[in-house]
Amino acid sequence: MINIKNYESIVGAQAINELYYLGEKLKGKKVKNINSTAVGGGVAEILTKMVPLLNQIGVETQWDVIKGDQKFFTITKKMHNALHGKPEVFSEEDFEYFSQIARENAENIDLSSDVIFVHDPQPIMLVEKRHNNKWLWRCHVDITESSENVYTFLKNYILRYDTCVFSSPAFSQKDIEIPQVMICPSIDPLSDKNKELPVEEVNKVFEEFGIDRKRPVITQISRFDHLKDPVGVIKAYKLVKKYNDCQLVLAGGGATDDPEGIKVYEEVISAAEGDQDIHILLLPQNDILINALQRGSDIIIQKSLKEGFGLTVSEALWKEKPVIASAVGGIPLQITHKYGGLLTYSIEGTAYYLKQLLNAPDYAAMLGRNGKEHIKNNFLITRHLKEYLLLFLSVYNAQDIVYF
Amino acid sequence: MSVFEFKTEIHLVKLLGLKAKNVKELYETLKSAPLSSVYYHTHRFLKQHHFLSPEPPNDFAYWIKNTLNVKNLAEIMASVDTVKFSSLEELRYELCHLMAEWLNQEFPVNDCSKGEEFHFMSCQTFVLPTGYRARNLEEFIEKIKIVDINSIYFHIFEAKLRLKKEQNDFQTWLEEIGEKKLAEKLSNLDPYNMTLENLRKKILEITAGS
Repeated sequence: MINIKNYESIVGAQAINELYYLGEKLKGKKVKNINSTAVGGGVAEILTKMVPLLNQIGVETQWDVIKGDQKFFTITKKMHNALHGKPEVFSEEDFEYFSQIARENAENIDLSSDVIFVHDPQPIMLVEKRHNNKWLWRCHVDITESSENVYTFLKNYILRYDTCVFSSPAFSQKDIEIPQVMICPSIDPLSDKNKELPVEEVNKVFEEFGIDRKRPVITQISRFDHLKDPVGVIKAYKLVKKYNDCQLVLAGGGATDDPEGIKVYEEVISAAEGDQDIHILLLPQNDILINALQRGSDIIIQKSLKEGFGLTVSEALWKEKPVIASAVGGIPLQITHKYGGLLTYSIEGTAYYLKQLLNAPDYAAMLGRNGKEHIKNNFLITRHLKEYLLLFLSVYNAQDIVYF
Repeated sequence: MSVFEFKTEIHLVKLLGLKAKNVKELYETLKSAPLSSVYYHTHRFLKQHHFLSPEPPNDFAYWIKNTLNVKNLAEIMASVDTVKFSSLEELRYELCHLMAEWLNQEFPVNDCSKGEEFHFMSCQTFVLPTGYRARNLEEFIEKIKIVDINSIYFHIFEAKLRLKKEQNDFQTWLEEIGEKKLAEKLSNLDPYNMTLENLRKKILEITAGS
């Protein structure tokens, strides 16, 4: 069971005390989260942790999930794609069916809590039933390229909320005339993916895969997907390999049931041209394994062409690794160029920075140290929790500076 | 005897939905952006990267240099002496004035790549008690050693520019308890050119060295 006290040794007593203090200010208020799935996906993962933590610090928090049939979720999937800019065709009937299911859910969910916190577009229409309580809408997806018909449909409902929340400044919209707040995602330093590991366990994983820890290891962790540009990473490695002895690890999962993934995996194998120092690891879902690979690497790359937020960067920086990552999605929020990591725009740039870090280990170590400190201050789950508390308080306190 | 109550502050970041893709748009938007946005973009790095030395400059200079690659203007914007301004209006005027001068020189105004625009943000500040108090200079020095870094930030930076006080809270209190020389020494400190931990050390050097 997740326990707020366990984070004190990482973020300090003051940070935990602040959470309790803010929780006290919300005493008597009931918060209800509503989303569309209890398991699977990032939103459910966040709520699984946030709901118990909010209750532990004294904010009575519930979580409800809307119900829908396959037809409803086919429509919401199309909406999700359209919000990401993929052309999708919607009929009048689609919007009517979406509305019908939303109204059925509104009849069956108790919407009387003081704060109703709705996540993503699927339950957005519940706001039709709002009365004199506070409603917040959390948008977890990038809507900057969204199709106009879906955006216009959703906007009618967004504007009925008190505040909406985005993960990145780029997602905010000028025509949404309600307060917009930025709350970035976070990593959990105590999860299997991020917790400290004994060096023996890290060594064991490297031995298992035949990776030599005596020579520099450069790693990219991501599924085999064109958008993660694994072939570009191999090209950058080859530019470096001429001058610096090093190994490359490309590790990720998700290819077995995904035809696109299998195709990319085969392209990666082909691009490696049998180089024994390129380790292409198709992994099952295993967070400890990923953790060990990140911890045992000397440099982490995230050379994505497109990203949602790119939290693998925070995961790597938390392990004090120097990171070279593309300036896309939420990555520039996690890396301040040349201070806490390096931002890159090309294969050549990636190779250039790799050589810099391999030849200047002190500089690489400094970037890793600064990066870890930045993540500690800004991208851990405790910061996320604090901002949720501030968000709830902000709907009762509109002024610019609030004194408690 | 006046008692100093150490407070701390936390921010909720607000998105304004305003963006700029070149210096001209940055200038035009900054002219009418809320002052809370001017404050946010000139102080964000201090808080988010308070452990770094040298610290990154204000957001405007950082974006002009790293995204637009306009190094001369970036350098000028980074060297703005924030500590000398007693109001955010004055600070905004200076930043806009520098951009206007640069635009008047008719350098080419290039757009950034799509997705790299400057996004205007602001923040809502929540001020909380820390529970620490000082009734005299000795207690003040003891508390400065242990108080959270955000508390020092609040009393030095937020008090003067955001809360429109003439000087920072430490100076005001030191004057109240008759320590005018120490208050004056604190007024000569440029807190923008050091990490917050170094700022804590400097305050301790000044007050404990009396």
